Amino acid sequence: MSKVYATYNNIISSLGFTSSEVVANIHQQKSGLRLIDNSEIFSQPFYSSLIPGKKLNEVYSSIATKEKHTRLEQMMITSLNAIIKDSALSITNEVGLIIATTKGNIDVLEDKSSFPKKRAYLSELAKQVANYFGFITEPIVVSNACVSGILAIAIAKRYIEQGVYKHVFVVGADLVTEFILSGFNSFQAMSNKPCKPYCKNREGINIGEVAASVLITSDEKYLNEEAVEILGEGSCNDANHISGPSRTGEGLYRSIASALQQANINASEIDYISAHGTATNYNDEMEAIAFNRHQLSKVPLNSLKGYFGHTLGASGLLETIVGMHSLKNNMLYASLGFEELGVSEPINVIKETTPKQLTAFLKTASGFGGCNTAVLFKKVK
Amino acid sequence: MKKEDNFYITSYCSIAKGKLHLNGELLYENDNSDFKEFIKEVYKQQGGKYAKFFKMDNLSKLAFLASDVLLMNENLNSEENDIAIVFSNNASSLDTDRKHQKSIQNKDNYYPSPAVFVYTLPNICIGEISIKHKLYSENSFFIFDTFNAEKLHAYANSLLLNNKAEQVLCGWVNYDEDTYEAFLYLVSKKGTKTHSIKEIITLYTT
Repeated sequence: MSKVYATYNNIISSLGFTSSEVVANIHQQKSGLRLIDNSEIFSQPFYSSLIPGKKLNEVYSSIATKEKHTRLEQMMITSLNAIIKDSALSITNEVGLIIATTKGNIDVLEDKSSFPKKRAYLSELAKQVANYFGFITEPIVVSNACVSGILAIAIAKRYIEQGVYKHVFVVGADLVTEFILSGFNSFQAMSNKPCKPYCKNREGINIGEVAASVLITSDEKYLNEEAVEILGEGSCNDANHISGPSRTGEGLYRSIASALQQANINASEIDYISAHGTATNYNDEMEAIAFNRHQLSKVPLNSLKGYFGHTLGASGLLETIVGMHSLKNNMLYASLGFEELGVSEPINVIKETTPKQLTAFLKTASGFGGCNTAVLFKKVK
Repeated sequence: MKKEDNFYITSYCSIAKGKLHLNGELLYENDNSDFKEFIKEVYKQQGGKYAKFFKMDNLSKLAFLASDVLLMNENLNSEENDIAIVFSNNASSLDTDRKHQKSIQNKDNYYPSPAVFVYTLPNICIGEISIKHKLYSENSFFIFDTFNAEKLHAYANSLLLNNKAEQVLCGWVNYDEDTYEAFLYLVSKKGTKTHSIKEIITLYTT
């Protein structure tokens, strides 16, 4: 079977509008999280990293068409436009588009929205994005809770292996809306401070906003500097609870096992883990258990939620891109917010940004509905 | 380089327009136009004994029951079963999204609830089915404009060819503004009915 790669990539976020700019800020341990006090979004102040509206508007306006796009569509189009341009790949019937999102244009359900309610359908969002770039194939939307972004990469690989596409553009984004904030707040899952994944003093999650995109391809002509080979993947269910993770980390454990088996490598060959780390008690604990079941307790690990908060359907994509840059730069980035281990099993959380020769990394995510995804990546150059 | 199909559709089930079909056979019919009443009747008639069913949202009830009817005859193991779930629809979880939005729309009548919010994701129904039948397996939820046999077919093949699952439960489960439609089929490594795009479309449309 031919190899499949992740290559050209972009991140639109509070820490910058290109992946390199964002990664440079992460290197400096700069967080995008700020206290937001805006009753238009939520009745109480909350920590979040929001894409600066003015800058988004500037960049989007420079590429805009006469079509009117929602904020989320603007985010996706702006991000995707960057990698379509960079890769110089022409859109043919061999090129797919996969969109990862949990809630799409959910803000159009608000009374104050000027867009038709129809835009809340995810296939309408997909059409807007696909039409802007003139995609010929029908776009696929992956909406699988908080694993959507990383699962979309796995799905792109699988479709390429099946010969459905030669290249797939994957874009992921979700908005910070009252819809989401009120929901997580009703679960009492939100932290009143910047989140602290895996830390003894963690108090819950922050919700953040990014758009991220990456080109998945089997064509080695399109590999860039930070390109990685996708070695293997798995996406297994906990079969335990719809809103709480398994106590044994069963689904995550099996997802990692499935990815390792397909990649045909040992857990000992993993140099770095880009984990989920939402900073809720249950999630972080579950991950520590699953990693230990694979003897991964000594592998350097981080959660990037301390930089962006939990960016929902985009998070797995965002964190994979940062992982790709980690490999390119041979740099382990600090897991921001972490002070003292707060999970019952040992894990090696990265405290300071440290240079290290890196070859392979594991990306994992978990979400509501008991879903988990694990994907293994290896440096090409 | 597309690989050859060597897989089979061993069972299929549908719930739509007041009718429940299994493998082409009509199992139950009820002209009650209210979905909640209708699905409760289907549940009772199928001998349902699963209290959690009543906590589910409409989409989960629909997907859960269609899966239950199909998997009931599959001699499932009580410990675990390696059946992947690949579902798709058009309306995602919009029915429940609208309910959650209603609960936060008015500041004087503000009542967001975790029991509703958790269902504002389409893949929750996959979680419900996985819990009931102990499926620690691959799962994915796709949103398409309309039923997309081609994409489901390629994805199920990928899972089976790469030994990611023994069987794959595929299909379409859509609930939107009082219209509902479930069409599920089980893809296996042995059988007689070939797992092809044409066959899937035939089963879906008849």
